Amino acid sequence: MAGVKLISLTKTFGDVTAVNDMNIEIKDKEFFVLLGPTGAGKTTTLRLVAGLEKQDKGEVFLDNISVNDFTPALRDVAFVFQYYTLYPHYTVRQNLEFPLKSKLRSFTKSEIKKKVSEVSRILHIEHLLERETVNLSGGEMQRVALGRAMVRTPKVFLMDEPLSNLDAKLREEMRRELSRLHFDLGSTFFYVTHDQVEAMTMGDRIAVLNEGRMLQIGTPDEIYNSPKNVFVAKFVGSPAINLFKSAIEKDTLIIGKKEMVLGIFEKHRNVLKKYNKKNIILGIRPEDIEISREKQKVNSFKCAVYFSQSMGAEDILNLKIDNINFRAIAPPKYMIKLGETVYANINISRSHLFDSETEECIA
Amino acid sequence: MSSRLKENQGSDMEAHYHSMSDKTLMRLFILPTLVLLISINVFPLFWSLFLSFTKYTAKMTNIWGKNPEMIGIANYARVLTDPEMWVKFITTAKYVIMSVAGEMILGFGFALLLQTKFKGRGFITTLLILPMTMSPVIVGLRWRLFYEPNWGMFNFLLGLGRIDWISDPSRNLYSIVIADVWMWTPFVMLLSLAGLSAVPKYLYEAAEIDRASWWFKFTRITLPMVYPILMLALIFRTIEAFKIFDLPMGITGRGAMAPPLLSMHLYNVSFVTWNTSFGSSIGYIMLIMVLAITLIFVKYLNKAKQ
Repeated sequence: MAGVKLISLTKTFGDVTAVNDMNIEIKDKEFFVLLGPTGAGKTTTLRLVAGLEKQDKGEVFLDNISVNDFTPALRDVAFVFQYYTLYPHYTVRQNLEFPLKSKLRSFTKSEIKKKVSEVSRILHIEHLLERETVNLSGGEMQRVALGRAMVRTPKVFLMDEPLSNLDAKLREEMRRELSRLHFDLGSTFFYVTHDQVEAMTMGDRIAVLNEGRMLQIGTPDEIYNSPKNVFVAKFVGSPAINLFKSAIEKDTLIIGKKEMVLGIFEKHRNVLKKYNKKNIILGIRPEDIEISREKQKVNSFKCAVYFSQSMGAEDILNLKIDNINFRAIAPPKYMIKLGETVYANINISRSHLFDSETEECIA
Repeated sequence: MSSRLKENQGSDMEAHYHSMSDKTLMRLFILPTLVLLISINVFPLFWSLFLSFTKYTAKMTNIWGKNPEMIGIANYARVLTDPEMWVKFITTAKYVIMSVAGEMILGFGFALLLQTKFKGRGFITTLLILPMTMSPVIVGLRWRLFYEPNWGMFNFLLGLGRIDWISDPSRNLYSIVIADVWMWTPFVMLLSLAGLSAVPKYLYEAAEIDRASWWFKFTRITLPMVYPILMLALIFRTIEAFKIFDLPMGITGRGAMAPPLLSMHLYNVSFVTWNTSFGSSIGYIMLIMVLAITLIFVKYLNKAKQ
């Protein structure tokens, strides 16, 4: 078990900088998630840690030892790939035994047998042990791949979108199992995903990446409730955050041609003084907009229901005030119909404010 | 029901008068191919099968009952009992095994070497493919010049002195094998390259992290993944080598000094001594053998695909 430390890690492929000056410190026994869209450099970062790619600059430390010159075999990490990397024509048992049979580790036959049965018990694949891997379902294959990573108790588990090839239901089940596994094993997990739900539900800490740069590191709560910039705010959360270009005039935020005029939250007033007469970006999460049939006292706006998606537990409403579109979440009990007129009440204390040029968070 | 049927026929007829229906047009397009196929493929197939049960020579006029004359399975009995014929079977088998083995090993080896990236890889691949693109007769004649005992490049380059690679019966089978391997190794190489490029890289990476040996990666990942396509190359090459004709014809000619290959013998029997019916029976025996070999391979191929 060990921590991982990346110091100003940089990797370019031709003209593309896949990883740009990455600094991450992952604590021992942490479930660390690298989150970002396709092409953000998540997988490259993971491959650099595993030694499958060689960095142009920077250093990788595993357990406080610099492993820059180590081959993947010597780094003692486990890698779970997006695709099920099982050896063809091997049974499940042979696949699980394989990493233990290396000459670099000297395990006796009974030790190997014990480890395999232990791992297969944890992953619920005991009944599959003698089957050939071609006959397994996707979920079973990924479990075997996980098992092959687990048998040799590596320093770090590196996982590259291991659930993205599974169907939605199985993915949810595996999410739970992975979290539980992390708890049971007490080892360091370094997990890459583009799925913010996976990141939010499993990660102890999340690093959000875009175009090779790290934008924010924090707990799921920090990432969701205090995004450092517009990208993080937009990327995390479903349905996505509402972003309004707004002008500041004295103590009010003006959206559009005064279709919406909001009073600024008291705590934000000081920060926003220097933005007077300037534009900023206002972010409001859909769940921070309350829907009512009657106009309420403050920050309440009359709008038309343009489109509505029922999710069962809640309805996602697409609302419209003239040319301004935004989304809100409403409990289904309201039975809101298309074309109906409702009032959107914006909870300004939960608003996120961003500089319109740097897109960095200001309050 | 019947009235509707009539109506339909009526409208069909009308369409026929105005323009050709799709089906007619389709048949019209297929017709030339069909005629050619039947006249030069299907008819000879059955005609030669019939001839193989007769005594017949194509050099003389057909007189039913005399030429061809039905003699039952006498031709086949002769093929299978004549000790001379067995020499030919064994020589052909030797030829097939040697040339196909050589092509498979070298072709796969070259493909493995070409997998690693190096400068000028594309150019070298193209050069290696060249032999395959040539006409076999030309290749044969070129190798004949190459093997020439007195002034040929082959002996000169290898520093062998005046060794006769063309008409010495103890050696000329090998000279044809060498030429065949030279010509068809690229074919196996190409198929192997296709197979190798289809092996997912992450399997090797997973093995790398699992501390797998080079031998494990080769036998447990590479071989099983390319096995089906190697099997396919093996089938193609075996069939081709079994009926090899143009290369020996070019290198040794069909004379008495030529190696006793089945196809050469078939040629001599049918078109030199004009024993057409006996030639047909040899042809049919070859066909059955090729089919049997192919079936065995295809069975393995299907197993590999599972």
